[in-house]
Amino acid sequence: MFGIPENSLLAMMIVLGVLVFASFVQLVVSHKNPDKDYTELQLRITSWWWMIGILFFVLILSENLAIAFFAFLSFLALKEFLSIVPTRQTDRRVIAWAYLSIPLQYLWVGQAWYGVFIIFIPVYTFLFLPVRMVLIGETKGFIRSAGIIHWSVMLTVFCLSHISYLLVLPVKNASAGAMGPVLFLLFMTQFNDVCQYVWGKMLGKNKIIPKVSPNKTWEGFVGGLASVTLVSGFLAPALTPLDWMQGLVAGLIIGVSGFFGDVVISSVKRDLQIKDSGNLIPGHGGLLDRLDSIIYTAPLFFHYIYYLHY
Amino acid sequence: MSKLFKIIFVLFVVKPVILVVLGLNIRHRQKLPLKGPAVLAANHNSHLDTMVLMSLFPISKVHRVRPVAAADYFLKNKYLAWFSLNCIGIIPLERGGTGDRETMFKACHEALDNDEILIIFPEGSRGDPDKISSIKKGLFHLVKDRPETNIVPVVMHGLGKALPKNEAVFVPFNCDVVVGDPIKITEDSNEFVQAIATTFDQLLTQCLTRHALD
Repeated sequence: MFGIPENSLLAMMIVLGVLVFASFVQLVVSHKNPDKDYTELQLRITSWWWMIGILFFVLILSENLAIAFFAFLSFLALKEFLSIVPTRQTDRRVIAWAYLSIPLQYLWVGQAWYGVFIIFIPVYTFLFLPVRMVLIGETKGFIRSAGIIHWSVMLTVFCLSHISYLLVLPVKNASAGAMGPVLFLLFMTQFNDVCQYVWGKMLGKNKIIPKVSPNKTWEGFVGGLASVTLVSGFLAPALTPLDWMQGLVAGLIIGVSGFFGDVVISSVKRDLQIKDSGNLIPGHGGLLDRLDSIIYTAPLFFHYIYYLHY
Repeated sequence: MSKLFKIIFVLFVVKPVILVVLGLNIRHRQKLPLKGPAVLAANHNSHLDTMVLMSLFPISKVHRVRPVAAADYFLKNKYLAWFSLNCIGIIPLERGGTGDRETMFKACHEALDNDEILIIFPEGSRGDPDKISSIKKGLFHLVKDRPETNIVPVVMHGLGKALPKNEAVFVPFNCDVVVGDPIKITEDSNEFVQAIATTFDQLLTQCLTRHALD
């Protein structure tokens, strides 16, 4: 159907099935308890429909459209990040240049020019932005600003752009196609968030880092990690070039790094004393609140399969 | 006819630009007045302020939202005047004129009597980026004889970074918009001005973008 490789099509159908089920459960639950307020849950599920709908739409329609879509996500994420972290008024023009790294980085992705893709931000952008700051000439707060701006670009442009580079790698699993590894990465990262949450709710007792995130427990972390590793072992051979053993390791990588992505962004918000990074996505908060885990899982998963298969 | 220009401008320029390039964190949107007579009393740091406030309203209501703006600035040449009157739908105000208050406020009062929603920046002009300047008494004199007017405070933050005064380059940033509870019109002008200043400070604490290095 629509030329979607069979395994990727099946994966999409399963995700849509889960969404239909979630909407159905939400309807039944809110019908049974009419005096309780389920607006938040309803908003969350509606937003899920939109996010998954748009993602599947661009993935199915064309590779270049999908790359442009991920570039736009990077733009929104960078904008959100730079809006909440402290910067100086004089950094406006430096930040304008930082935005310019997005079309370039995704241009390298579109051309599948790996050599430049991998060094453009860590080398060229890294060296250039402080030069632009020097030319403006304000030295007060220089170190902090240089650090903050580069860190923002690394997280929201460099790390996130790894998702889209999966699309231009040569296809090694024909029944998954180019979109297979992307679906696998996004699905497993989200599944990890859900599993850690569910295991934590059921058995959670011993807090890992109470100062950053009081809801993160060892029980949730280990339970989530075990579930994700297991499911990953089954799914990886269908959606990626990995075999089942390599798939188990991919699950471990996604489970551990997803956890850290989540708590790194949580620490940023804690430091700034804000709860959400924005309110772009109704019921979820800002875009960074949704992309936090993927910022860590995307580059690590990418380099894992790149090392093993390319 | 001017209603049509304004609707087209808001729908195809203001709303898309603010949605995609700027981005808003809106708190308590439900507190916005959709019916007049009302005044949005907002802080002022950027030309974008008016656009942001207009974009908050549904397109069917937008022609009833009237920014009150300085005649000496917005009518200074005929192109800007045409744009201000037709696309933004401003009510021009002669600042520091020699005439009495009643003549100065005539157009504003007509709009309020017509159940419209005025946008007023009680600080007067755009100050330093993201700093609230002292509140002037103009708003008090405008509404003191119209106690039924709904005065809704709105604080915006971050726009002074996206497009500050005297800067031509626009840089995308998310901006906060916090809508507060209506402010009562008091007998005493100082009390009223103080109430607005206090409310602005309170609303400012709900902004996500308030961290800066300078």
